[in-house]
Amino acid sequence: MKSMKKILAVLLAVIVVAGLFAGCSKKSTPVAGFICLHDENSTYDKNFIDAAKEACEKLGLKEGEYLIKTNINEDNSCYEAAKDLVEQGCKFVFADSFGHEDYMIKAAKEYPEVQFCHATGTQAHTVKLDNFHNAFASIYEGRYLAGIAAGMKLNEIKEAGKLKGKTAKMGYVGAFTYAEVISGYTSFYLGAKSVCPEVTMEVTFTGSWYDETAEKEAANKLIANGCDLISQHADSMGAPTACETAGIPDVSYNGSTVSACPNTFIVSSRINWAPYFEYAVKAAIDGTAIDTDWTGTIDTESVVLTDINEKAAAKGTKEAIDAAKAELVAGTRKVFDVNNFTVTVSKDKNSNAKIDNKGHLTSYMADVDTDEAFTADTEVVKDGAFNESVFRSAPYFDIQIDGIELLDVNFG
Amino acid sequence: MNKENNKVKEPLFHIAKRPAIAWQKAWGIRGASILIAFLFSGIVIMMLTKQNPLDVYATMFSGNLRSETKIWQLLQETALLLCVSLAVTPAFKMRFWNIGAEGQVLIGGLATAACMILLGGKISNGLLIVVMIIASIVGGAVWAIIPAIFKAKFNTNETLFTLMMNYVAIQLVSYFAMVWEKTKGAGTVGEIQYGWLPRIGNNDYILNVIVVLLLTVALYIYLTKFKHGYELTVVGESENTARYIGINVNKVIIRTMLLSGALCGVAGLLLVGGKDHTINSSIAGGRGFTAIMVSWLAKFNPLYMILTALLLAFMQKGAGEISTVYGIDKAVSDIITGIILFFIIGSEFFINYEIKFIKRHKEVE
Repeated sequence: MKSMKKILAVLLAVIVVAGLFAGCSKKSTPVAGFICLHDENSTYDKNFIDAAKEACEKLGLKEGEYLIKTNINEDNSCYEAAKDLVEQGCKFVFADSFGHEDYMIKAAKEYPEVQFCHATGTQAHTVKLDNFHNAFASIYEGRYLAGIAAGMKLNEIKEAGKLKGKTAKMGYVGAFTYAEVISGYTSFYLGAKSVCPEVTMEVTFTGSWYDETAEKEAANKLIANGCDLISQHADSMGAPTACETAGIPDVSYNGSTVSACPNTFIVSSRINWAPYFEYAVKAAIDGTAIDTDWTGTIDTESVVLTDINEKAAAKGTKEAIDAAKAELVAGTRKVFDVNNFTVTVSKDKNSNAKIDNKGHLTSYMADVDTDEAFTADTEVVKDGAFNESVFRSAPYFDIQIDGIELLDVNFG
Repeated sequence: MNKENNKVKEPLFHIAKRPAIAWQKAWGIRGASILIAFLFSGIVIMMLTKQNPLDVYATMFSGNLRSETKIWQLLQETALLLCVSLAVTPAFKMRFWNIGAEGQVLIGGLATAACMILLGGKISNGLLIVVMIIASIVGGAVWAIIPAIFKAKFNTNETLFTLMMNYVAIQLVSYFAMVWEKTKGAGTVGEIQYGWLPRIGNNDYILNVIVVLLLTVALYIYLTKFKHGYELTVVGESENTARYIGINVNKVIIRTMLLSGALCGVAGLLLVGGKDHTINSSIAGGRGFTAIMVSWLAKFNPLYMILTALLLAFMQKGAGEISTVYGIDKAVSDIITGIILFFIIGSEFFINYEIKFIKRHKEVE
């Protein structure tokens, strides 16, 4: 009992001191809150954090009027973080990772007067809450343009007679066999193919969005397999630094890696979240409606390319990208034009696809409305192209096209 | 010449073990060490972030105690950390270095999630919760008893064995997160709708707190009033002595690890069924390792652990708040936490030992 008394005494002391401290902190009331899975050490989260700061400053929010919570897991801690932001006064709460979605919906139901926005999510158009919204960007357009830079580089290597094999081959480090990743590497491949028709690609998966060691090893494996160029969809510096060490050109993602990889970095595509944040935070403050599914495009500056590293890129890369970009914006060129790729359909591969005798896609039923059985529910081939990010903002292109070989479907 | 060589250089001080120290004095030393820690880390804060340390400390407090929700969150985090700390304690008292609590919690959580996903909606929620309780306890216990059997039978190194079991558990959880994934290829399970532990009086947090408090008292009684508790302490002090007085050492090792793992299983149950309602490999959140510190700091006394768990939970939450409010890297707030813990652990040295300064003898010519 003696020890209990001691514990009680110390507890009381702590609470008294705490009360004194709690009373004296004076801060401005936050308006917007952002929840991030990792912190700035992850290129993925850094991209959101930078955009959040940029957009809030543009809207005239001062420090303390927007809060960024980092290292929030994809579990109830996301709900707790959202709740805390609301209790502090936020009118707008945003979360950046796919696994946050259920917990954001939970918070959205509890606080109908606060706007909740979630990147990469898929449920907003089916849960039908007025205050829960999904957002994404047509990043496949950016990947496609970055792919053109890759194809030009391969042509240059080929002309110099320095290809590792007989034909050009690229390697791609993916995180999961998830539609967002599949859509990304396919559009990248199609971009490269548009200037270097012979190219093939090998893809390997790490089973994690952020695992520096695994990403490095995956890149090294692809390089050892004879890939002439590497790109990646995973969030650490693993693949870019492996390329720099091996002297293999790399098309990066989420932002420039030129400072760490001055000799091998070519270009990087990324989603620029600032336009969305500006739009959504302003709408939340003004009380105007926010789109249930918002898809940013190249045109809205939501999809951007970094500066091209002239040291590593092939000559004329910039001109080629600019020309293709203009066609994409004008609508005269489509990334997933069915004539640009062929598909093989078998019992356990691409079973939702229908093709003509040349192997071109004529119909595809995609799983747009999330459900447990992954039911294919929406026809997405229209006007001679696969219509990506039209029926909801998050990507749903998950076809395995010819020319891309999956080395594994590693789940980590 | 010769004279100087013979001169023995006397050290400035020497260190001697203290005899038993009055508890007021011991707590005085501890209090002083915390004060010095805050002063020292204050200097570090000023150097690294150019912020007023008092503001930073105030942020730490407000991040924990700003609102009723915040206080409940702190209490819940304390309870969950305490639960894992309770789990490692009997093993540690026995000098069985169970570094595998993280994995045991994960397996307990995995077993819980498996019940929620596979049986949810098929049996009544009450029955489901009973099944979840059994599954989580068995899961945690199995994960702990494997290294215990190897230790008892083949004298394997339990530190390495339990540590490696963590990685096996992480991979298992990642695998099942894929099997049960909500969206194809995304690798996340999402919120499971069945088998939530009941809320008491519309409060999300109180159940976890009550369960862990009860466990704390029960473990305290088990360790101090029961023969089992005595036996595991003797095994920890000296296995030979234990054998001499007729204790079956292997049996005690296995029995104690069974208890340790079962408690970890309960922690997994509370995390998955009572808090997160999902499963992923980071759900144990490092508590399995932080718990070791909680247990050590409290000298393996479950009642003191309430305090040390509160301290560590408070520091963690405070560190998160600092990085949010000041927009600084979480590493900086972790440094602050590290400094404060360093001083607290260091104070134990001054409680057990004293430094005696030696007075210089003035030689008379």
